Amino acid sequence: MVSIEVQNAYVDFPIFDAKSRSLKKRMLGKVGGHIGTDRKVPVIEALRDINLSLAEGDRVGLVGHNGAGKTTLLRLLSGIYEPTRGKTKIRGRVAPVFDLGVGMDNETSGYENIIVRGLYLGMTRKQMEQRIDDIAEFTELGDYLQMPLRTYSTGMRVRLALGVVTSIDPEILLLDEGIGAVDARFLEKAKGRLVDLVNRSGMLVFASHSDGLLMELCTSAIWMDGGELKQYGPLRDVLTEYKGRDPFEKLPPRKRARLAGKPGGGRRRPGKKRPGPNGKPGPGGGKGGAGAGTAAAGGGKPGPGGDKSDTGGEQSGTGSGGGQTAAGGAQ
Amino acid sequence: MQATTTTEPPSSAKPAAVDTDRSRTFKGAFGDLGAGLRDRQLWSHLGWQDIRQRYRRSALGPFWITLSMGITALGLGLLYSQIFGANISTYVPYITTGFLTWNFIMQSLNQGANTFIKNAGLLKHLPAPLTVYALRTTWRLSIIFLHNFAIYIIVTAVFFDDLDQPYRLIPGAATLNPGIGWWSLFAIPGLAILLLNGVWVSLLVGIISTRFRDVPQFIDSISSLLFFMTPIVWSVDSLTAKFGDEAASGPRTWVYEFNPMYHFLQIVRAPLTGGQLSPNSWYVVLIVTAVGWCVTLVVMRNYRARVSYWV
Repeated sequence: MVSIEVQNAYVDFPIFDAKSRSLKKRMLGKVGGHIGTDRKVPVIEALRDINLSLAEGDRVGLVGHNGAGKTTLLRLLSGIYEPTRGKTKIRGRVAPVFDLGVGMDNETSGYENIIVRGLYLGMTRKQMEQRIDDIAEFTELGDYLQMPLRTYSTGMRVRLALGVVTSIDPEILLLDEGIGAVDARFLEKAKGRLVDLVNRSGMLVFASHSDGLLMELCTSAIWMDGGELKQYGPLRDVLTEYKGRDPFEKLPPRKRARLAGKPGGGRRRPGKKRPGPNGKPGPGGGKGGAGAGTAAAGGGKPGPGGDKSDTGGEQSGTGSGGGQTAAGGAQ
Repeated sequence: MQATTTTEPPSSAKPAAVDTDRSRTFKGAFGDLGAGLRDRQLWSHLGWQDIRQRYRRSALGPFWITLSMGITALGLGLLYSQIFGANISTYVPYITTGFLTWNFIMQSLNQGANTFIKNAGLLKHLPAPLTVYALRTTWRLSIIFLHNFAIYIIVTAVFFDDLDQPYRLIPGAATLNPGIGWWSLFAIPGLAILLLNGVWVSLLVGIISTRFRDVPQFIDSISSLLFFMTPIVWSVDSLTAKFGDEAASGPRTWVYEFNPMYHFLQIVRAPLTGGQLSPNSWYVVLIVTAVGWCVTLVVMRNYRARVSYWV
């Protein structure tokens, strides 16, 4: 039985090298986790009071603007971060795909990297050797697997990483944004394999800014905002709230029907909404209907909740010192 | 669809359930150690990869380790044997063995301190036991030690005739070294205990260093001093030769008697070079090992889960 239970979990990062005084000023920033200053060492509350229960067959999308805690939540779900307060209980073999560069050796061949990536994920060398033909076939890298990894393009690296994680039958697959680098045809193939995997006995949590990918892969979604779990429910509801418009609306009817009629037991709890810390839809979502047209241009004034991820510049500009630095920094 | 052609069910080398109720328990600490040991293929691969990466594209490859040790040992041996008026045939093995054992001890501290700092990327991206990274460091140092050991074998073969009989390192020295023989095999348990200590040092100093970044710098700054304070180029004999026998029990001997590194050095060097080994050295080493592991387990219990936050 595969499941993840998170109860009142907090992830607090102590920032040992920061001056608390200068950090106090940044508390006014709206991007990133809440920065507490009541202690001697300043702390970034990257995740606050997360309650979540995921079960077998769930395919969950993870949305939220930069620094909202998506990556940190993925790391919490993978067991890399044990919560500073609260509890997590993870049952099942976890396979995280966060950063495609980590753990890869640029000078050795693709084959060797496949095996090493497998070792990282708890496989033995022998087990990986048995899977290598399957991976070679799936990734379509062919003879390229004998070339050193530094000759690979980003898309080829994504293929390799996806090939490994989908071949080892993980029970919990955690994907961070970045797999969008592959071409559409391969994505179609990977999608089938991922859905297949989840249907066999797994769970998928996928952080992405791309509506298209989310709609293809996920059935439910989590909206993270400022380190808090704002909403958890069916994908369409969450995306509508988050974006301020219904992304499914614009789809051609045939595609909508195809997405709706997706195989698999992903829709096991439709309509079940998690009571987030603030149950009401965020201020950004509230006036979303009006702002939808201008969203892409970055015009209008973004609601305090930040209702769009696509506008990049504005949002990420204020991100310094927030949860984003804590989650992605120190590489 | 592309169903996976798995012929063997995936192993569950990793603990199936991560339950953070175990966050601050000894069970968690031992679980980490056990899981780390079971990931043998991973850390042994990573240790080798470190070596290969360092010597990539060089013609001699890892044999540069051997060669540089050979050059250093020969140079120091020739120089200091003249300064101390020692016999080259016994002094060169003495300094060679001391030097290569010292390398392992000091690097365990030095690189152990950086174990988790250097692996920050991996620590934040893969849920693996901390022990894997400590074993990676210790395994890498063991590989270097084995490469260096070739120099010991060469040196011993060359000077064997002088080493297999009782000898004095410095003319007129008080200690008569028994010379090498079958008893030299005691170096094997000595090396084993050295490895065992390398692991806890990497874990303990590694965890402390991720929190307090001055620790690696501090270790770095005292490492040369420790090298000269420990009897490696000089010998205990030269103290007694200079200050006479009454100095042998005075405060001057504290410099090595209270230096645990000297005792670690002795349990390997003395058997290998046929030197005199005091049982005190073994007592000190065993006490340090036991205390070190106990402290490490407590630190693992309390701060194991914090390391990924600190790196």
